[in-house]
Amino acid sequence: MIAQASNFVNETDTTFFIIVAVCVFFLLLITISMVVFVIKYSRKRNTKPVNIHGSTALEITWTVIPTMIALGMFWLGWVGYKDLSRPPKDSMIVDVTAQMWRWNFKYANGVQTDTLYVPLNKDVEVRLHSLDVDHSFYVPAFRVKKDCIPTRTNIAWFRAEEVGTYQVFCAEYCGLNHSYMYSAVKVLPEYDFNMWLAGKAQKTTVANTGSGSVKTSHIVTNSGN
Amino acid sequence: MASDAAAVHSNSYETYLDYKGKHKGIFAWILSTDHKRIGILYMVALLSWFLVGMALGGLIRLELLTPGRTIVGPQTYNAFFTLHGVIMLFIFVIPGIPAVFGNFFLPIMIGAEDVAFPRINLLSWYLYIIGGILIILAIFLPGGAPDTGWTFYIPYSIRTSTNMIITLTAVFLLGFSSILTGLNFITTIHRLRAPGMDWFKMPLFSWALYATGWIQVIVTPIIGITLLLVIIERVFGVGIFDPALGGDPILFQHLFWIYSHPAVYIMAVPAMGVISEIIPTFSRRTIFGYKFIAYSSLAIALFGSLVWAHHMFAVGMSDSAEFIFSLLTFMVAIPSAIKVFNWTATLYKGSIQLDPPMLYSLAFIFLFSIGGLTGIIQGALSVDIHLTDTYFIVGHIHYVVFGTAGFGIFAALHYWLPKMIGKIYNMKTAKVAFWITFIGFNILYFPFFIMGWLGMPRRSYDYLPEYQVYHVISTVGSWIMISGILLMFYNLLKSVYTGKRVTERNLWGGETLEWTVPTPPPLTNFEKLPDVTVGPYEYKQNDIEVEEVK
Repeated sequence: MIAQASNFVNETDTTFFIIVAVCVFFLLLITISMVVFVIKYSRKRNTKPVNIHGSTALEITWTVIPTMIALGMFWLGWVGYKDLSRPPKDSMIVDVTAQMWRWNFKYANGVQTDTLYVPLNKDVEVRLHSLDVDHSFYVPAFRVKKDCIPTRTNIAWFRAEEVGTYQVFCAEYCGLNHSYMYSAVKVLPEYDFNMWLAGKAQKTTVANTGSGSVKTSHIVTNSGN
Repeated sequence: MASDAAAVHSNSYETYLDYKGKHKGIFAWILSTDHKRIGILYMVALLSWFLVGMALGGLIRLELLTPGRTIVGPQTYNAFFTLHGVIMLFIFVIPGIPAVFGNFFLPIMIGAEDVAFPRINLLSWYLYIIGGILIILAIFLPGGAPDTGWTFYIPYSIRTSTNMIITLTAVFLLGFSSILTGLNFITTIHRLRAPGMDWFKMPLFSWALYATGWIQVIVTPIIGITLLLVIIERVFGVGIFDPALGGDPILFQHLFWIYSHPAVYIMAVPAMGVISEIIPTFSRRTIFGYKFIAYSSLAIALFGSLVWAHHMFAVGMSDSAEFIFSLLTFMVAIPSAIKVFNWTATLYKGSIQLDPPMLYSLAFIFLFSIGGLTGIIQGALSVDIHLTDTYFIVGHIHYVVFGTAGFGIFAALHYWLPKMIGKIYNMKTAKVAFWITFIGFNILYFPFFIMGWLGMPRRSYDYLPEYQVYHVISTVGSWIMISGILLMFYNLLKSVYTGKRVTERNLWGGETLEWTVPTPPPLTNFEKLPDVTVGPYEYKQNDIEVEEVK
């Protein structure tokens, strides 16, 4: 199953499965009715069809009830989205720059990586940029996705709630190596993250060859091509 | 092919197939303004293109059988899915049912001798053919086949060195073909209905074409002008959409979807019209909720034109735009649901015969329900953020477009082709082909929903090994479905050459006007123009029998 690693997972997945359940109910209702009618009123069993021109009561029923259910589903989706679109004020900011076909992550202290590191249980705001064509920053395990559009800065945010390594995909088709434009997000306990960031900051003046100074992590060169 | 069929008819009247005008051979077809011949011309072209599109789809599935390279490299793969989309959407399903069956049957069903503008009708076919030829040129000219996806998103479509200008010109021309067909049908329905054929005595297929015609006329010019602007941008370097020149790439997406979302209804609504014909015919009873089905087509045309930005929930729009477009998206589901409920209710107390057209129609309802309901899932904002641009949307688009427009065309072929050519296919083979196609369809496309939920991005040449099991199932499904479709095509094509002759007017027991004219129809459709006094699905004999029982 898909990893569940951010603050949005519960709400998004609940909304998803509620709507799926409603959909399955209606699909079964339609399909079972069709199959039952086709068997029960097959020409062999029923040679005398009856004309029924319609029923206003039924039409109103199957307009009003689905409308109410649809409004409910809309509301669930909207409420979840509202949270997604508004990062808390004191979030840690990471600048994410997409280009054909790699990701670059830049932290407030100037450190740049091609793998995203984030601290556990802290709000992280990603500011999304693109240098060339449209891309889309997508972390399935967080249920977060937002397009990277040239000359614009889009914003997304999340709070990682499970230590681990998760996929970052480019979800907007961007040419030849679109499918190789993936990276990873590594969620570290806050102390480890701070150690890592401080270690990286020291090394930025030296060659950026990766970090072995923090036990819990090491950089995997995971650039697009 | 159809001219061969013409030779053997020796009816007392002159069929449209026998007609000898001033042109001979192929010219008797490609210079004919007879709506029936134009319908056949479209049918031959459309189905040929469908086979090309299907072959590309099969190659895409084959490439995705294993991670990494299976048969082709990424550039070829990207061209494959671009061409598959362009061909299937712009050349196959958008002209689709209106161009083939609308042309052939709309005038007959409303009691007219032809469409309102027969020459413009032929012009639409030529624009369509030229559009197709340009696509072929775009594939083979130096520069290479387009690789932008059928959505042509800017800035990529400005940057790519492939043959974009030819491709965009092709889609531009195909758009005009579509506008002219829509205009023709709207005018025909307004002006050429037979005496007594008032609006609510029209068959639901005509209602569907009427609603579709308005969508075509209103929204297609927008894609036309948009693609023209892209061409201007590429050729003259005028900054319109390209951010490097000071343009706005989001503007392109809005303009693109203002057309391309309603385009889904250009594909689906005529198919709904076909289903609304077939279900009463094979249930031998009047349709349930005629007016609700007719009005819901108009409601879909209206609401469907106002939901385009639900393709762009992850693009970074304002909260109020997200709110409104999500809300309208849920609302557009309602008229579709009304149709599904009414079709199902039409089966109730019918006398149902599961002939091939009916099988395809029932499959249509099932597949359209899955397509529509998965659309609802993505209408919910928070869920769509996760699902958009994954395989979930690819599954949804195939259930909606192929499951409705595709199966609608298959249903219409089995329903009307015998009437068109006066020969019938093998019933058993048709049923076998149906089941293979239907089962293969679901094995092919259903895994897309699971993969999408698990985060597999669309338009990906390569993928991580964890997704492979679903790709393998899907590819096996594609082999099954393609076998079924080839068997169906073989069966239909065989009927054109060696099928059993049919001369009876009413093959299936339908109540609409096309079943009152000889098979195949005479040149001017009617021996004498009908005077319509009853609605399209009255089935008077049912009421008489009921009274006798009492």
